[in-house]
Amino acid sequence: MGCVESMNYEILMRHGSFKECREYIRQHFKEYIDVQPGFKIFDIHLIGIPPITIGLEADFIIFPYTKPCHGTFLLRVEDTVEAARLRAAKK
Amino acid sequence: MLGCPQVPVQTSIALYLINRLKKSGFVPVVAGNKAANTLLVIADPERHYIGEIMDLDRAVAMITEQKRDFDRCFVFIHNDAGISYAGTMGAISKAKLFTLVYGEHYEDLVKQIDFPCTIIAAKAIHNPLPLKKAIDEVTPWAV
Repeated sequence: MGCVESMNYEILMRHGSFKECREYIRQHFKEYIDVQPGFKIFDIHLIGIPPITIGLEADFIIFPYTKPCHGTFLLRVEDTVEAARLRAAKK
Repeated sequence: MLGCPQVPVQTSIALYLINRLKKSGFVPVVAGNKAANTLLVIADPERHYIGEIMDLDRAVAMITEQKRDFDRCFVFIHNDAGISYAGTMGAISKAKLFTLVYGEHYEDLVKQIDFPCTIIAAKAIHNPLPLKKAIDEVTPWAV
């Protein structure tokens, strides 16, 4: 998951629980998709209790990123190609 | 599957569990982050206990991509991230799942586990004996 560190990301929530992140996405973003753990986004296999919710807002992707020592972070990353791929997966 | 090594009992119990699994005929494979794995490797320099050891996220990737899977999976949990990793293993792996829950808030963590697994839990922080005892009481053991 080393690539996350090199991304231009914004942290929307830090040290939250996985469930808090899921609820935050569902409450704050009209567009979201549910995926299973292990779903690959960028070069990351998502960690979490199913379903994992990913938010979409224009070209921004909002997703939970879990680290063993620091809990789950909710990240917001801009990526046109990945956002289009997720929208296609949603259909 | 190791969690953050912040709680001291993890390394001790991991070595105990590895030994127990080996004596039962299993071939243990450890997955953890760099700190957790290094604690184990330094504690067992001649590899009497540890066999294969790998990065946690690499393990998740290999299982998700169906390049590898296991018969049993023991996930160490002392925080919310541990539950997320266990939930992930429950979803991506065919392994029979065991969750080892410990630390100061182990009871709250147990309440959050709502996926199928065998829960092994004890208030163990510095003293590994309560968790060792809970492991020993899993009968028939790990079958």
